[in-house]
Amino acid sequence: MKILILGEYEKNGMKRATQSAIRFAQSIDPDAEIETIVIGWQMDSVIQDFKRWSNVLIADHESLAVPTADRYGRLLKTIVLERNADILLGATTTFCKDVLANAAGQLGGAMVGDIIGHDNRDGELLFQRPMYAGSVVATVRLIGTPKILTVRPSSYPPSAETGEIFTTTKMEIDAAVLPDLVRYEGLRSQSSSRPDVTEARVVVSGGRALKNSEDFETIVGGLADALCGATGSSRVLVDNGITPNELQVGQTGKIVAPDLYVALGISGAIQHLAGMKNSKTIIAINNDSEAPIFDVSDYGMVGDIYQIVPDLIKAFHAD
Amino acid sequence: MKILVTCKRVPDPDQKIRLQADSREIDSENLPYILNPFDAIAVEESLRIRETHGEPVEIVAIGIGVEECDKTLRTALAMGADRAVLIPWDSFLDPWNVSGILEKIIQRENPSLVLMGKQAVDGDSNQTGQMLAARLGWAQATFASRIEFQSGGKLKVERETDSGIETLGLNLPAIITADLRLNEPRYASLPSIMKARKKPIERIETSELGWAPDPKVEIINMSMPQTSRKKVRLTDISDLVARIKEALKTN
Ligand SMILES: Cc1cc2nc3c(=O)[nH]c(=O)nc-3n(C[C@H](O)[C@H](O)[C@H](O)COP(=O)(O)OP(=O)(O)OC[C@H]3O[C@@H](n4cnc5c(N)ncnc54)[C@H](O)[C@@H]3O)c2cc1C
Ligand SMILES: Nc1ncnc2c1ncn2[C@@H]1O[C@H](COP(=O)(O)O)[C@@H](O)[C@H]1O
Repeated sequence: MKILILGEYEKNGMKRATQSAIRFAQSIDPDAEIETIVIGWQMDSVIQDFKRWSNVLIADHESLAVPTADRYGRLLKTIVLERNADILLGATTTFCKDVLANAAGQLGGAMVGDIIGHDNRDGELLFQRPMYAGSVVATVRLIGTPKILTVRPSSYPPSAETGEIFTTTKMEIDAAVLPDLVRYEGLRSQSSSRPDVTEARVVVSGGRALKNSEDFETIVGGLADALCGATGSSRVLVDNGITPNELQVGQTGKIVAPDLYVALGISGAIQHLAGMKNSKTIIAINNDSEAPIFDVSDYGMVGDIYQIVPDLIKAFHAD
Repeated sequence: MKILVTCKRVPDPDQKIRLQADSREIDSENLPYILNPFDAIAVEESLRIRETHGEPVEIVAIGIGVEECDKTLRTALAMGADRAVLIPWDSFLDPWNVSGILEKIIQRENPSLVLMGKQAVDGDSNQTGQMLAARLGWAQATFASRIEFQSGGKLKVERETDSGIETLGLNLPAIITADLRLNEPRYASLPSIMKARKKPIERIETSELGWAPDPKVEIINMSMPQTSRKKVRLTDISDLVARIKEALKTN
């Protein structure tokens, strides 16, 4: 089987989400020929890192400097057809959802998104994926090839490094044949010193109980820092402009599964649970003893987060 | 300008989902259905464009599904869409097939902008808009949180990505999928609900569109995941501290 993976990277190396996608590829077929595609411009240090995980196909060209779905989608279509690949996959991230579904639209549409498990039944691959905000898990099969997949990173641990250095292949890029339907004009992100919410071992999240950004910073940020964790939030705070959208955890935000998830003043709506219910340990603090979040928590404390959390932070700093 | 807005009928997300005995489908008996929340946002955005755009704008709502989808389309009409088209279909359709039907409708209607939801909250696929853009060879902007018309038929779209807000410039025709923060959909007033009753809902059979099903995704079965949690209530901060430390140690 030939599997292509759409790689994602930050400054100097592969994102963990892509390492999970590689693990998934290895686990659906241990004998698969795997190649990770890295698209962009001037990516030498990134490529050095990618070589540690799998064979790499490099699409390095000025015309690919910014990620637009029309160009990247067309490029992926060309690569899949040239390589005669059986599967094109990536992690479930906004980048892969945007680009891979576009590529799938050019490659016959056999796509399944956000895979959380798989089986091999009589040589046929079956995939598990959540539906209805995770209240249902469906087992599906795809009809046709190539198959386009996105994989939920929290369901597959990152691929292990073997010490091997893999081979790289550089593609010839003809910018003239790439579409030019979209102009990329920039990215605004709120830089944070805390870890990414999808990668952290500990996530402390806040909900409507937090009245403003200062309180969020002191209470949620304070506890996250005391535990060396990331901050997250419910949609309500993002809607109210208290937290940036990158922090939203849930069905329509980020999916996390840390060792510890602490929910502060979050009621536990199904859309929020969809993003965190697979965390290893869940702890909730809420002043409503009936809040549904307690039904999905290992440990719960009924009370005011404004009183409890400062004491908690103090206890950790005292150590 | 003509704007097409896609409108899917989905179970009310506040309701508990149950499965049928054969575990192949959800039990839709007595389940209240609504217009997919992201599609309501798309409808709202089309109305705002009409309200602020210099030239006349026609808004056409499209729904594919069972006969009861006409209620969903009435919601869009009551919000302010001009007319609606229902393509009757009573079994499961994957995003490839939905985008195939939409492609045919677009060839008939010739809109310059298609507004959709980023995902239908029943299947949670998040694929149909992208596949449609690919099929048509149109500009694509997913997860839009702001749309601004500029002179000369140009659009500026802000989109929500995992790493922040990205800005794209697009020319029409384009496919844009709505994220939650694009706007807050209005509630239809009673007079507009009354008026919507008189607006036309056209029915077009897939055979008339020259479209035949080409299934790509087969749902084999469904299950309801059960996670069991300890659900221990604590009252002392010191216990809470101990449990947190324990959680950090495992592993
Ligand atoms: C289509 C759709 C998609 C959605 N996607 C998401 C998503 O991805 N993520 C998401 O989070 N939501 C999402 N939502 C929204 C979701 O349905 C809920 O509205 C939201 O999660 C509620 O946020 P919350 O728990 O912060 O607020 P609330 O439900 O208002 O809960 C606040 C909680 O804080 C408690 N509280 C208040 N003050 C204090 C205090 N001082 N101390 C302790 N506790 C206190 C209250 O008892 C209450 O339980 C979505 C909704 C829809 C319709
Ligand atoms: N049956 C349908 N009828 C109308 N629009 C649909 C239908 N299915 C999907 N869509 C549109 O496509 C968007 C994305 O759906 P999905 O890719 O299934 O998550 C939805 O928000 C709708 O706007």
